[in-house]
Amino acid sequence: MDKLKPTFHEGGKLAKLQSVYDGFETFLFTPNTTAKSGSHIHDNNDMKRTMSTVIVALIPCLLFAMYNTGLQHYIAIGQAGTGWFTMFIYGLLAMLPVIVVSYVVGLGIEFISAQIHHKEIQEGFLVTGILIPLIVPINTPLWMTAVATAFAVIFAKEVFGGTGMNIFNVALITRAFLFFSYPAEMSGDNAFVKLDSAFGMGSGTVVDGFSGATPLGQVATNVGPNLDGLNLDTWQAFLGTIPGSPGETSMIAILLGAAILLITGIASWRVMTSVFAGGIVMGFVAHAFATPTYPASMLDPLAQLCYGGFAFAAVFMATDPVTGARTRIGQYIYGFLIGVIAILIRVYNGGYPEGAMLAVLLMNAFAPLIDHCVVSFNIKRRQNRLKTNQQ
Amino acid sequence: MLLSKKNKEAFFNPLSKDNPVLVQVLGICSTLAVTVSLKPAIVMGISVIAVLAFANVIISFMRKTIPPTIRIIVQLVVVAALVIIVQQVLTAYSYDVSKQLSVFIGLIITNCILMGRLEAFALNNRPWPAFLDGVGNGLGYAIILVIVAFFRELLGSGTLFDTQVIPQCFYDAGYSNNGLMILPPMALIVVACIVWVHRARNKDLQEENN
Repeated sequence: MDKLKPTFHEGGKLAKLQSVYDGFETFLFTPNTTAKSGSHIHDNNDMKRTMSTVIVALIPCLLFAMYNTGLQHYIAIGQAGTGWFTMFIYGLLAMLPVIVVSYVVGLGIEFISAQIHHKEIQEGFLVTGILIPLIVPINTPLWMTAVATAFAVIFAKEVFGGTGMNIFNVALITRAFLFFSYPAEMSGDNAFVKLDSAFGMGSGTVVDGFSGATPLGQVATNVGPNLDGLNLDTWQAFLGTIPGSPGETSMIAILLGAAILLITGIASWRVMTSVFAGGIVMGFVAHAFATPTYPASMLDPLAQLCYGGFAFAAVFMATDPVTGARTRIGQYIYGFLIGVIAILIRVYNGGYPEGAMLAVLLMNAFAPLIDHCVVSFNIKRRQNRLKTNQQ
Repeated sequence: MLLSKKNKEAFFNPLSKDNPVLVQVLGICSTLAVTVSLKPAIVMGISVIAVLAFANVIISFMRKTIPPTIRIIVQLVVVAALVIIVQQVLTAYSYDVSKQLSVFIGLIITNCILMGRLEAFALNNRPWPAFLDGVGNGLGYAIILVIVAFFRELLGSGTLFDTQVIPQCFYDAGYSNNGLMILPPMALIVVACIVWVHRARNKDLQEENN
């Protein structure tokens, strides 16, 4: 690799691809240059290593997502007895195109933009690229995913200055774009379970009366004084064997990822725990005033946390260090409000069965304000202390 | 005399270099609201051109007699009278479009472009340049409205002037209209894209990077 290096430098024949080369080199090897000015904290964990750890934390979700995609498909065509390995391979084949599209489109734009501005390629898309297939319903047509990814990378990231400068979470912007642009494909009973075959595998006709609605989707359209008729199973939701966006269903896989993020110290435990705290508090409040007008308010507060994208958003979206709050007290407020708003939207807005995405995006917008308030409050407090000490 | 250099500037500057929407960022509210499809956008554009041109001329005629302390009230009365005339004409001759535009014709009164031009130009200039300035600014506004509406209608509904332009075979192949284009946020993003292209082409408009 070092031998190739000179060809990419200014004047070399491949100078146009310099940022591509740089990107790959620093991705594979720790760079041997260090910052030359100012004081820096030494740590061999640079941004690329951080990103790689997040990807490792996402692997349980990814693997389970593949298995569950297969499982839901085989349930739909009435062959629930198929072996788990076949299901996994089916899910792998179903999800692979989405992953490829997301990376090709997103990285393509990043590479082009880096080359235009003669900058290094930023590594931020590594994580976004794997998050997108996990939060986009499996049945979304690939061109829609491509359009949404391009939109999100250009308008939510590049125009703000690239990795580390974005105000909103790029993966969630992708999903929000899809959600508002193509509502017919993104919600309802047919979005979350792949019914046709993947590369010729697992073909079959759909069983009569099969409904691929997610638990929250069923709850939202429920009519009647209670939810008994819905056949909801919180344990299944905890395991993850329910229809839903690929990565969000399994609480176990998400908790495993959360453990990896917390042990390596990459994600903020303050944000993570306060999102759950906010969700539980709002869940109890909603449950205390449960009415059939808002069916989701009849859900058990703890079950609220297992359904939908709440846990996934709490662990992988809210903890994004770029778009979240940075002060300690700010992180508590930020996380808590995400939890509260997610459940608030879920319960009281009939149009949106799930509110986690909107809650995180909304709080992304407020994170700088929260930080500003916390910092200025702190300054004021210390100034007052100084004054009283002087007297 | 009629088209001296100064008059030409009054007419042509607002079209691009000093565009009320792109450069002065005025009149954004109605740009978001009436650009879902081309037809209302064009009607809105014409209405604003008419109101702005005549308001400019009338205020310019009265510029020496208006006491400065109550000039805003006088301007508002003139604009309001013109807007009511436009509204009546629209209701009489194209009822459907006037329904679609609903309050936004009435809200021309509060359009910042109008007050801006009256204050900045009509009060200090003779009627003929004021007329040119009014038409120029109205056109500058209308052009942006039409461009935004073109993209929003094409991508959001697959139509132009309410006739289908995206062939049915596209839909059969899995294409679908972008619902976000119908919603106001996308109008803002389309306007932002136009500003982006505009500033990339006119380097002197770019702000200094601090």
